Formats: sequence, structure tokens, C-alpha cells
Amino acid sequence: MMLHLTLTVSLAHYLVLSAILFGIGLFGVLVKKNAIAVLICIELMLNAVNINLIAFSKYVTPGDFIGQIFAIFVITVAAAEVGVGLAIIIAIYRNRLSVNLDDFDWLKW
Amino acid sequence: MVEFAMQHAWLVPLLPALSFVIIVLLTRPWQKLSALVSITGMISSCVIAALAAYGVFTNHALTEKPLVYAARWFSLGLPGAPDLQINVGVQLDPTSAMMIFMVSLVASLIQIYSVGYMEGDPGFSVFFSYLSLFASSMLLLVISSNLLQMFVAWELVGLCSYLLIGFYTHKISAREAAKKAFVTCRVADFGLLLGLLALQIVFGTLDMVELSEKVHHFEEYTTMGIMTLIAVLVFLGPIGKSGQFPLHVWLPDAMEGPTPVSALIHAATMVVAGVYLVGRTMFLFSEVPAAMELIAVTGAFTALFAATIALTQREIKRILAYSTVSQLGYMMLALGVGSLTASMFHLWTHAFFKALMFLAAGSVLHALHHKADVWEMGGLLKKMPITGGTFVVGGLAIAGIPPFAGFWSKDEILLMAYNSGHYVLFAMAALTAFMTAFYMWRLIFLAFFGDEKPENHPHESPWTMTMPLVVLAVMATIGGLVGTPWTPWDMNWANWIWFHEAHHGEPNYMIMIGSVVLAASGIFLAYQLYCVDKTKARAHALADKYRALHTLSFNKFYIDEIYLWFNHSIIDGAAKLFFMFDIYIMDGIIINGIAAVTRLFGEGARVSQTGRLQNYALVFFLGVLAVAVILAFTDPSSAGLMLGGVK
Amino acid sequence: MGLIESIDWTAIAFYVLAAHIIVAALLVVCLRNIVHSVLWLAVCFVAMAGLFLTLNADFLAAVQVMVYAGAVCIMVVFGIMLIRRTDMGHTNLFNGQTKIAGGVVALVIVLCGALSARTQWVLSTDKVPDKTVENIATLLLSKYVVPFEVAALLLLVALIGAIILAKEVTDDAASDSDR
Repeated sequence: MMLHLTLTVSLAHYLVLSAILFGIGLFGVLVKKNAIAVLICIELMLNAVNINLIAFSKYVTPGDFIGQIFAIFVITVAAAEVGVGLAIIIAIYRNRLSVNLDDFDWLKW
Repeated sequence: MVEFAMQHAWLVPLLPALSFVIIVLLTRPWQKLSALVSITGMISSCVIAALAAYGVFTNHALTEKPLVYAARWFSLGLPGAPDLQINVGVQLDPTSAMMIFMVSLVASLIQIYSVGYMEGDPGFSVFFSYLSLFASSMLLLVISSNLLQMFVAWELVGLCSYLLIGFYTHKISAREAAKKAFVTCRVADFGLLLGLLALQIVFGTLDMVELSEKVHHFEEYTTMGIMTLIAVLVFLGPIGKSGQFPLHVWLPDAMEGPTPVSALIHAATMVVAGVYLVGRTMFLFSEVPAAMELIAVTGAFTALFAATIALTQREIKRILAYSTVSQLGYMMLALGVGSLTASMFHLWTHAFFKALMFLAAGSVLHALHHKADVWEMGGLLKKMPITGGTFVVGGLAIAGIPPFAGFWSKDEILLMAYNSGHYVLFAMAALTAFMTAFYMWRLIFLAFFGDEKPENHPHESPWTMTMPLVVLAVMATIGGLVGTPWTPWDMNWANWIWFHEAHHGEPNYMIMIGSVVLAASGIFLAYQLYCVDKTKARAHALADKYRALHTLSFNKFYIDEIYLWFNHSIIDGAAKLFFMFDIYIMDGIIINGIAAVTRLFGEGARVSQTGRLQNYALVFFLGVLAVAVILAFTDPSSAGLMLGGVK
Repeated sequence: MGLIESIDWTAIAFYVLAAHIIVAALLVVCLRNIVHSVLWLAVCFVAMAGLFLTLNADFLAAVQVMVYAGAVCIMVVFGIMLIRRTDMGHTNLFNGQTKIAGGVVALVIVLCGALSARTQWVLSTDKVPDKTVENIATLLLSKYVVPFEVAALLLLVALIGAIILAKEVTDDAASDSDR
């Protein structure tokens, strides 16, 4: 195992952190009943991806900034997505008076 | 002329068939015209047959080697087996020549009779068309050179019998009787067909001349066991068609048809088709001793059995029907003990005297407006002299009083049975002879002698009906003279129609005198019981004394009831069993079971369709993991690529 | 003197910030009150901004705080406000597949983490250039101008879409759509 609690932090540390954060976000997406909570956890996953991108940018291609630019776009898209997602949830709430994902089972038809 | 007739013998069955077609298509609305067409066809056929027969009976060579005119009918090329080739043709030898002459003659006379009998019936033309069709099929059957062609004609004859028995379509009993006849014969014909198929498979041919040569040394083709099976199967056909026990049940019911039909079909011609078939295929049966025994025993038993039933019957045509069954038994017995000569001779004489008696009975029915119970008749001889006189001639013939025809033929059969060592069968035949004389003269005394009943107003029938009676009476008188032991050998029956060898037997005076004594005693007993005693008190007392036997005999030994019980309990029971199987096991377990299993799987799988996003997402990620794990074991580099990192 | 230089402050910063991130994320997921979850989400975002700083991505740290912690969290709070429930304490419960999901997630983390840790990365020895903003700006408007414009368009579309989706349905609009 390359990674142990060293004082010198390298790429692998960031990647593992990103993996853990992604996992937590995934767990939230799968187990929460409130639709808004799921939206929040999707944000966590996207942020984990951002950490990954920026870590790669620093350690693998520092001069190109490609990771950071990619991360900017990810943030853009995530923000747009939260907006639209909330609008949808509000629209659903207006019709069904609930944001409990257990009640939204129309995918089976 | 004779040469023409012999070379064109195929015209004999063709002409009645032509008249059938003409009547059906053209002349149906005109009754007399149809009758004329039919009778013309029949008589011209008779003339040609007579000429051909004359030609045959002057040419000795034909007894050894028959004259065959054949053409190919069809042939099938079969893969992996010899080609099947079926011919159609006519075979002229003494037996077939005798038959075509007899059949066409009797058919002509009966058609003339029908002009008077069926007068006023709305189906007059149709009746004649059926008669012509029947005559054509019977002649075809008799003259066939090939067993398959004979089978086709056999079935055609059965069809005509069905049509003619059920001619009075308004009577339920007639329709039922027609069905019974057809179905009973169908059961028998199944065996016959199997036998013919077996013959084709084993010997490769159904042509009678070829087959007789091949069967003579059958060991090269097959075993005795198979031959026995084939013989028994082929014999099944005649059991049905010729009314042997146990398939005799249709013949008495067939009396529902008009009397000319009974005379033609169920006395003279169709029912003898079975006997004729066995006679033609003697080359097969003579090789299988077990089959010969079977034929002889069946024949003797049938003769005795039918005679015991005829003793107590009341309807005039029923008595004659059971008499026919009994005489057919005689013919089979003769074949079974190995004498083609005696059998064909009895066939010949029986045709004349039985047709005669049926036609006379028809004349009586016509006069009494279809009242059939002999106990209600009496003293008819005075008002109907020709009918009564000819019936008496027939009665003498069947009883076996010389010099009438029946004596010579019946005596020949008794002689053959005795000479071949079948003493038990001989005794049965002798007892039957006694009974035959008794019941026939019981009929004659009850119907024609004694006091007239006041409610009957009989009158003699028109000349169209009495002329055939007279002709047949003449034939019944002299027809047997061709076969006496004292007939010149050139003209003697035994010289022409034989199997294996022509046998000029010494007259056995013991048997001759014995049979005459039996016949005379039978007539005398009937005379005592039914003629001398005006009130028939002794007859009734005798019947009361043996009440159980009388009931048994009167009810035909309950054979019909037994068959019905068999059908209802066993066949319907088996059908019910299969029905239950179908409903509960096939439908219930298998079909519904498969459906239930499918439904089970469906409902099980339906649970996974929750419609909830998070459930689907979970399964999605499980899938990704599964793919990664699988790839990790098979292709680690791509697993690494999927989950993050390059090695 | 030597002590301060000898300590690897970057490493300590990383571990502290990482701990904050992970704890905050766990709290986001596990708390029952949705408003509390959003609060801890904001904490997580700010900690992530700090992490970006350790990665020499200062512009992105600022963007992270502005967009995520500032705008996204507020939007979410607004959304929660519109989805008002009387009992806020039980608004964020777990559903039925917690245990299985826990197993799956653990497996994912282990696999991803292990694989990324064991990979021999081809690291570069260069340092990140100092002028991050200028470099990013130059790249955005030259080499990546098309994605840039498309992203702008995307935001416009999302804006319009969100407005239409969340619009209040009035009576004539309802009868309109009922056809």
C-alpha cells in the first residue's frame, strides 16, 4: 500500500479523499427519502469529482490548467442543475403535496 | 358373338353403371322411362354375361388358366421398397362366369318385379338408379382380377346396401337399420383391409393369378404365423358381409328395406360376396389349416344358431332373413371343409330359391298392405295361387326334397363335411337341415294354408311381379340338375368349378336318403303342428312348455342387447376416462400448470418494478460493481480503467 | 524557527480540511432535519474551498465559496422554505434500502480508493504557475471559448426552464393546459 499516513501529501491522498466523499454522496442519494436531500447529496458527488480534477491538474498537468477549467464547467453545470431540480421538486410538491421519493413510483408504468 | 362377349366382358358391369348415370342425370322426372333405361341396361348386361358364360363353359383350358384382361391402373414409386403397381381388369374363369350370369339374371328379374312392387312410390326413379348401381358394383366385384379392385367394389356394394336399406327415409327404423348395416360391415372391412395390405406387403402383388402362384410356396416369403394372421384378417371381411356369427346382427334389420332389395341384396347377391371372396382366395386359406377350421366352425355354428332363432320368429321377412344367415353358414362350412364346388353350387341354387321366396313374400306384403306377421295370415293360397305355388316350390327347394335344386347342393355339402372327417360339424349341419325344413314349412302352413282371416282381402299381383316368380321357380326346380352325381361329366358342375382337383364323387346313398328323411320329417312335424291342428293349440302348448328356450330364441339370444351394453359400458366408459384425463390432467395440470408457472414468474419479477428511483439507482450501481468485479478477474487492466486509475 | 519551517503545513492543512469535509458530509447525510443538513453542506463546501487552496487553485476556491456555499445552498434553503412542513425535525429520513446501500457504497469506496492508491501515477515535477486567474482567463477565451459560450447558453436555458417549471399555475393557464 503506497498510502500511509505520511506527512508528504501527494496525488493519491486527494484521490482517496475524493473517493470517500463520492461514496458518502452516493450513500445519501440511495437512502434519503426527501428529494431535496438527494439533490444535496448529488452536489457532494459533483464536488468529489471537482477535487479529483483539480488534484490531477496540480500533480499531472500543472501548466495546462485543464483540470481547473474543467472544474469551473462542472460547477456551472451543477448550479444550473440545482436550479432546475428545485423547480421540478416545487412543481411536484404543488401537485402531490409531498417530496417523499417513496411516493413517486410512477416509473413502474 | 361369343368371342366378342368374352373379350369385352368389362361391358357387363359397365352397362348398369351407365344406366345409373343416365337415370341420375337425365331421366329422373320420368318414372317409367327410368325403369325402362335401367331394365334395358340390365338385360343387355345379362345377355353379354350369358354369352361370355357360354364361351367359358365350352373351353376347358380356362379352369386351369383363367382369361385375364388387365390394364394398369396406377403405380407408385416408393423409396426403399419395391414399386407398387395396381392393375384393373376382368378375370374370366368358370366361377366368375357362373356368378356374372347368375347375378345379372336375378338382377334383371328383380328389376322387372320392382316395376310392379314400387308403383306409386315417389322415389321410383331413384330406386332404379340405386338398383343399377348395385348391380354394376356386384358384377364388378365378381369379375375383378385384382383384390384391390374387388375391395373397391366391395365397399361400393356396401354403400348401395346402405342406400337401399334406408330407402324409406321417413321411417326411423329404416334409417337405423341402414346405419347398423354399414357400421357392422365397416368393423369387418377393417380386418379385410388390413389383410389385403399385409398380402401386398408380403407378396408384393394383389393380382389373383400372380398371388395364387406365389402363395403356393409362401415359405419363401413369410412364416406360417403371419400367414395365419393374414388369413384370419381377410376372413373378417366375409364375417361381416356374409352375416356370420357374431356380425350377423345387421341382416335381419336390413329387412326394413323394400322387398326387392331384400331379395336382390340380402338373399341372392351381396351377402354371398363374402362367400365368393373366400372362394376366390382359396389359394390363401387352403395353405393355412387353422383358418380352414375357423371357417368351417364359424359356418356350421352360424347355420345352427340362425336356424334356432328362425324357429320362433313371427314376421315373414325375418324368418327369411334368418334363413339366409343359416344358408350362408352352410356355404361357409363347405368352404371350410375344402370344397369350393359344394359351396358355389349351394350359392347358385340358394340365389334362385331364396330370391324366389323373398319376391313371393313381397307379393304377399303388397297384397296385405304390408302386414307382416304370419300368425295374422292364412289361406293365401286360394286367392294368390301363383305366389303361393311358387313359394311352395321354394320351400321344397330349401328343405331339400329331390329333384328340386336345394337337395343336390345341400347334399353335396353334407357329403363333403362327412368325407372330410368333421363329424361334429356334419351333425350340426344335419340338425340344421331338419330345422330348416321345419321353420320354412311352419311359415308356409301358417301363411298359405288354413283358414283365411276375414280382415285380409288378398289379390294376385300384376304380371310384372308374378312373371319373375315363375322364372325363378323354374330355375329353382331345374337349377340343381347341373350338379347331380348322374349328370354327364361334360356338363357336371364338379368338372368346372373346383379347387385343387376335379372330384367326381360316388353318390353316398346313406347321406342322400338320410337328408331326405330329415327334410320330410321336418315338413311332417310342421304339418302336424300348424296345418292339421286348426287352432294351433299344440304349437302353443309346445311353446309354453319350453317357455325359456322360446323366449331366448324369439329375442335372438339377446345378442343385440349385449352389443348395446358393451358399447355403453365399455366404450362409453373408456371415452369418459379419456375425457377425465383430458380435463384434469392435460388441461388442469399441464396446460394450466404451465400458465400458473408463467404467472408465478411474472408476479415474482413484478416486485422488482417498484417505480422508485432510488431502488433503480441501487441496482444500477450494483451492476457497475458486478461488471467491475468480473472484469477484475478476467481483464484487470480495464477494471482499473473503469474505477479510476491507470496501471 | 526551524520547527515552523520543518513542519509540513500543507500536510497538516490537508488532513484537517479532509477531516472537516468528511465529517460534514457524513452529517449532511445522517441528520434528520433537512435544514441542519443544508447547513453542514455549506460547511463542507467552505472546507472544500480551503482544500482547493492547498491545491494552488485560488480562483476556484473563490468560485466555490461564491457559487456553492453562497448561491446553491441559499437556493436549496429557498426550496425547503417553499416545501414547508410543520415538523422540520423529521423531514430527512432514511428509506428502506439503507443496509444494502451501505454495503454497496463501502465496496465502491474500497475499490475506487484502493485502485487509485495503488496506481503508479505519472507525476509531473513542474509547479503550478502563479498567475492562475490570468491563465484561466486566457485559456477560457481562446482555447476553450466554445465550451465557455455553451455553458453560458446552458445557464440561460436552465434559468428559463426553472422559471417555467416553478411558475404558479393560474386558472386560465390551468384551463389552457387541461385541453
